[in-house]
Amino acid sequence: MADLSTNFVGIKSPNPFWLASAPPTDKAYNVVRAFKAGWGGVVWKTLGEEGPPVVNVNGPRYGAIWGADRRLLGLNNIELITDRPLEVNLREIKQVKRDWPDRAMVVSIMVPCEEAAWKAILPHVEDTGADGIELNFGCPHGMSERGMGSAVGQVPEYVEMVARWCKQNTRMPVIVKLTPNITDVRTSARAAVRGGADAVSLINTINSITSVDLDSMSPEPSIDGKGSHGGYCGPAVKPIALHMVADIARDPECNGIPISGIGGVTTWRDAAEFMALGAGNVQVCTAAMTYGFKIVSEMKSGLSQWMDEKGYTSVAQVSGRAVPNVTDWQFLNLNYVAKAKIDQDLCIKCGRCFAACEDTSHQAIAMSDDRTFTVIDEECVACNLCVNVCPVEDCITLEAMAPGQTDPRTGKVVDKEYANWTTHPNNPGAVAAE
Amino acid sequence: MSNSQMTPGVAAGRLPAEAYRDNFTDLHAPFDAHEAAVAADRCYFCHDAPCITACPTAIDIPLFIRQIATGTPEAAARTIFDQNILGGMCARVCPTETLCEEACVREAAEGKPVEIGRLQRHATDTLMGAGVHPFTRAPETGRRVAVVGAGPAGLACAHRLAMLGHGVTLYDGRPKPGGLNEYGIASYKTPDGFAQAEVDWLLSIGGIETVLGKRLGEDLSLGALTDDFDAVFLAIGLGGVRALTVPGAEKHGVLDAVNFISELRQSPDFAILPVGRNVVVIGGGMTAVDAAVQARLLGAENVTIVYRRGREAMNASAWEQDLAASKGVRIITHAVPVAVHGKRYAQEIEFAYVSDTLEPTGETFRLAADQVLKAIGQQIDRSPEGLTLEGQRIATSGPGRTGMKGVWAGGDCTGTGEDLTVTAVAQGRDAAMDIHETLMAKG
Repeated sequence: MADLSTNFVGIKSPNPFWLASAPPTDKAYNVVRAFKAGWGGVVWKTLGEEGPPVVNVNGPRYGAIWGADRRLLGLNNIELITDRPLEVNLREIKQVKRDWPDRAMVVSIMVPCEEAAWKAILPHVEDTGADGIELNFGCPHGMSERGMGSAVGQVPEYVEMVARWCKQNTRMPVIVKLTPNITDVRTSARAAVRGGADAVSLINTINSITSVDLDSMSPEPSIDGKGSHGGYCGPAVKPIALHMVADIARDPECNGIPISGIGGVTTWRDAAEFMALGAGNVQVCTAAMTYGFKIVSEMKSGLSQWMDEKGYTSVAQVSGRAVPNVTDWQFLNLNYVAKAKIDQDLCIKCGRCFAACEDTSHQAIAMSDDRTFTVIDEECVACNLCVNVCPVEDCITLEAMAPGQTDPRTGKVVDKEYANWTTHPNNPGAVAAE
Repeated sequence: MSNSQMTPGVAAGRLPAEAYRDNFTDLHAPFDAHEAAVAADRCYFCHDAPCITACPTAIDIPLFIRQIATGTPEAAARTIFDQNILGGMCARVCPTETLCEEACVREAAEGKPVEIGRLQRHATDTLMGAGVHPFTRAPETGRRVAVVGAGPAGLACAHRLAMLGHGVTLYDGRPKPGGLNEYGIASYKTPDGFAQAEVDWLLSIGGIETVLGKRLGEDLSLGALTDDFDAVFLAIGLGGVRALTVPGAEKHGVLDAVNFISELRQSPDFAILPVGRNVVVIGGGMTAVDAAVQARLLGAENVTIVYRRGREAMNASAWEQDLAASKGVRIITHAVPVAVHGKRYAQEIEFAYVSDTLEPTGETFRLAADQVLKAIGQQIDRSPEGLTLEGQRIATSGPGRTGMKGVWAGGDCTGTGEDLTVTAVAQGRDAAMDIHETLMAKG
């Protein structure tokens, strides 16, 4: 059976599923429940500097969007870092780590962007016996207005500087949590690498307004008729997070820095995808907030079963497996030709493929009087839209044409040789093929 | 002493009072907003959707379901009423399992169609419950149309004509308008006075004068109507019931199922309605099922439907047959009545088994029968003078044109429908459009 245990920058945990720094990890009560449920580790909700704690709004902290059957797809929040006294959190962290020595205990920290502030808090955290720290450079709301969170994460020089301060002032591994609210996440990741960080974690939440109340004309979540942007998370952000993780994983300047993957991980499959794109473990929040801590049982059993089926014996074997297949558009094989194919036995004749193709694509699906839908190979560019809108899984598939066959759309014979844009005759900057 | 299911003969009050309330409540409870949202979520918004094609009134079902899903059931109702002004009743009585829901792609996918009928009811109930009539009349055209028969076809025709600005006089021979909606459909499909409420709501468009208790051939003549009005629409239904021509058919307790149902529908109290301990219903259509099920709900101990052909030939859908079975009705097929036995009152009915081609097999059997309800088909009561009949119904072509100038017809009295409310509505609506075009073309 697959070994799910991980050693992430020296932090050991029985499985790669950690709870992200967020409301589920704000108190010993929650964290103990999570550990009882089987989570491999937690990143304790962000601690601030000593003194009067931050205050939260007293109205709604979350907004959401839903899919069919009110399935939660995206969540946003305007909650700040922990609003409990620092000493209470430190005491609880110490106790929980003592009671659960095999679980990863990482502490998230956000203090003003001054060396003294970081120097002051690090010994306190170290004293708890925590396994590592995560620098919250990502929180996009509230704290960023005070020059912390994503306000730091958006300036690579600050990321590097604070990471360096921390490395100089603690023995604990330093994980830098990155904000996605930037144009190129690699810039921040490289800064973390330069600052000596042991790892990066991403993504933090995305600036968002989930909806507008059309009666009160207030954004949601609405506090007394006004709203502020919140941080967006949940299944809806997973594609954005996967891209950013992959970008860092394949960036030579990031030099293979370990990645803790975050962003919409809801099932074992999501976790496996993050790890395939380079994450050494994953952090989960929204799924736990939606369904409770028990979901980790499915995550563990699912990942374990899949790893067994594939013959992977350790999480490390999975990590980064898909990275070599992430490339730039210009290197995609233009000689690869596929056609959509509709399985008539599976087709339920809803006609959505037809509407999509006819109205918005290439008019490559024919509809007969008896509602038989067939692909017109002469028109099909294999765009995949029909596959995506079909409500029946595997009813429409894209089938690759074998080399030597003639593409009825272009009249050209499918070439078995790989050829991409860099050598394409239409490319003004094409280099001659060798 | 009170009666029970075991009380011999024909008796009222066989059940405790609360049993009647439970038995005759809504067959399908209405969706609440959450249930409607969940059900609406399942619609795939098909292209050129099969459900629309399957609907005789061609309601844009995916559109109205999307309107429900996006929180505007009122707009959904408008979409429905645009095509079918009796969308509220149709939501209750349509055999959706053989129409829109049979065609639903999720029936193909999972054997569980989107619950279109109940969603339609959610939308129409929402708008009607708010007392909103979503249509206004066009300016008066000065044309006057007589609509004879205030059943589904007549009501749909009258409403459409009034909307287009014509003046309508709506006649009906019964004391109340509504036709079979009021008199002929099982009570549990349209409880709480919905049929009359719907008529009142429909008439609130204005421009429709209702004249009740006037019957064509008695108080009205087609000749006089064509003289007095610019056009006439006949929706007189099938007032006659086919006769049962077997020995003993005249005995007490042998009734027309349609009369049994209409008395039940008009009764202020189900407990006062007499019903046999043993009831036999002859026939295989919706009327047979409606009568049989209601006989059970009134407290009959044994109710049997006997039909001359196989189940697959029954006009009552498989769903209706299952409903009957679930209410404890037994269905016997391939048998025809040969005699009703008893002195003055029916006591037994004798049947002969027949083959698929209705040849007697030589075997007979008897069923105890305090009541025999005949649901063996209806026919046009009296043919209006000068009209061509086809198979004992008024012959029409195109959108309800009879052979006679200025006279249109629709609903069950014509031979083109499937005797469904929804088909009658479509015919009334389409005839109205044709009448409108004809009248306006005259200049």
